Amino acid sequence: MADPYLRLDQLEVTFTGGRSPVRAVNGVDLTVDSGETVALIGESGSGKSVTLRAILRLNPEKKTRIGGKVTVGGRDVMGLGNKALAQFRGGEVAMIFQEPLLALDPVYTLGDQITEAIRRHEPISKADARKRALSLFERVRIPSPERRLDTYPHEMSGGMRQRAMIALALACNPKVLLADEPTTALDATVQIQILLLLRELQREFGLSIIFVTHDLGAAVEVADRIAVMYAGRIVEEGSARDIIHTPRHPYTIGLLKSRAHGAMTKGRRLDAIAGSPPDLADLPKGCAFAARCTLATDPCRQTQPELIQTETGTRARCLRTDQTLTRPGELVGA
Amino acid sequence: MSRQPLLQVRGLKKHFPLERKLFGGAGKTVHAVDGVDFDVLEGETLGVVGESGCGKSTTARLLMHLIDPTIGTIVFDGAPVENTRLSLRNYRRRVQMVFQDSYSSLNPRLTIEASIAFGPEVHGTPKKEALARTHDLLERVGLEPARFAERYPHELSGGQRQRVNIARALALQPKVIILDEAVSALDKSVEAQVLNLLLDLKEEFGLTYVFISHDLNVVQFVSDRVMVMYLGKIAELGRSETVFGNARHPYSTALLSSMPSIDPDNRTQHVPLAGDPPNPIDPPAGCRFHTRCAHAETVCSLTEPPLAQVEPDHQAACHMGVAGSGHSRAPEARTAAAAE
Repeated sequence: MADPYLRLDQLEVTFTGGRSPVRAVNGVDLTVDSGETVALIGESGSGKSVTLRAILRLNPEKKTRIGGKVTVGGRDVMGLGNKALAQFRGGEVAMIFQEPLLALDPVYTLGDQITEAIRRHEPISKADARKRALSLFERVRIPSPERRLDTYPHEMSGGMRQRAMIALALACNPKVLLADEPTTALDATVQIQILLLLRELQREFGLSIIFVTHDLGAAVEVADRIAVMYAGRIVEEGSARDIIHTPRHPYTIGLLKSRAHGAMTKGRRLDAIAGSPPDLADLPKGCAFAARCTLATDPCRQTQPELIQTETGTRARCLRTDQTLTRPGELVGA
Repeated sequence: MSRQPLLQVRGLKKHFPLERKLFGGAGKTVHAVDGVDFDVLEGETLGVVGESGCGKSTTARLLMHLIDPTIGTIVFDGAPVENTRLSLRNYRRRVQMVFQDSYSSLNPRLTIEASIAFGPEVHGTPKKEALARTHDLLERVGLEPARFAERYPHELSGGQRQRVNIARALALQPKVIILDEAVSALDKSVEAQVLNLLLDLKEEFGLTYVFISHDLNVVQFVSDRVMVMYLGKIAELGRSETVFGNARHPYSTALLSSMPSIDPDNRTQHVPLAGDPPNPIDPPAGCRFHTRCAHAETVCSLTEPPLAQVEPDHQAACHMGVAGSGHSRAPEARTAAAAE
């Protein structure tokens, strides 16, 4: 079997800037094959965005301690020199963000930003780079692309800006696209357009995508596999189908149950997960979810559970999976 | 069934003038809310949904009288709400609001007990009594007074701060609470806790909610009736089951099918609605939705459809639901049928 295109081994990210070190990512193992889409799901503070940024080494180096290995296309990302890193960013792995207005430069037109990016990576004339920018705009279906190339980010609507940022990310033909909540700030009718566009581009360019979101629905729309993060660890991982139909980690189950979804009877109380996520500067010794888990026992609080393969397809970091079997699809009202 | 509505909104409009051009050109206007009529019944939860720019938050601020309407009236409990100090002071005791940003809506220099007790004290409750009520409310929203009363907003998590905002809204014993995206900024597991709390409080204090959100799942879960807004107008208004089960306005239908599927074997295949919502500065003529509507015909770009009754307790502003409107899908006009 071929090696996965992108591989994280025991990735650890600790922020050392504050009074006490904050352990944002605590040993994440993740693989993404060529042409595969993996969704990283979690709440704020679960470490999903930090993991994504670590792949591009975007976390501030002076205030961050990184452990573990990041391998992309057979190369060790942590060992890249400045020049190789600049080529790697955008050329090999590109990223799109939640808020395009903050990610795009306000004082240059979109056309200028895209041609600049292309010319930084390849020896190509300005005219040719612009031609490529135009075809990218057509590809992400921006109406009247020729005219839009000469507009500034603030002149576009939110959906159009997000399309422009996707065009910019794809400008240098990356193999991997990292998407950090790209649809969270968008309206419902626009969000689904962008999700379907990403799915289409993924197929066409054979991209590997890591899609970070807190929304299970958005993840299901784009992802082949889903990894659920909690307190800096992947607590459950499996195919999108298995995660939705037969989740085994109590946190994943809790997330599915607490959704205010149409299948619920109106007026009934939601099955909320009690409590709140742990303090990342003071993580418990055992399972980080134990304090909120109704199934937790003493061993859960004492030892860090390993990721185990369950018989229903997912891999879960839980000692009590013998208690978490549900009827397939039960939690989503299927 | 004919309860008197607690709030009656008629012909409500809010236009924001944009800055005038330097050389005296006519200024443009944002038609944020452009003529809406609706009632809020006592004890119900009215959900308001729509995309950015549809006017849902402006409607909330108008309801609260935080901004003056350009034109239109709001009648509360039979009496018009007017911009005189005394009447507004009274009104705001009965109608309270919770905002989306839990941090910026609390005074950072007041402890949370001082924030909650502030309203009752301004309205003349003795300090001791106000504090006692505050501690009682903190308990009710799930924050132990001994641990939390003397903390400052920055010492709390987002979910805890939103509980404080809810307690503060309850401190004046209001009848109506306007919740403007009150759970939107919370993480999913916390959102469920706060939604449960809102349901419990509603029952305990006999409250009426106006629940504004862009999240259709949440609106469907909490609402008795739902109002769908598009570009400053009401597109559809009806009982929650009816709107979610049998939407009659093409915009509502598109909005509902834009909800991501949670079924990996049955993912969304087609984009339900192309394009972005148009700018409320220059709303399209006729039906405001005709530029994005799959069923648009000539009549739609010429005349504006009225918000018409399509069945009992269900109104939609679409020519396809109005007999004799000139749309090919409209039901045949009564008179024509009678002449047969």
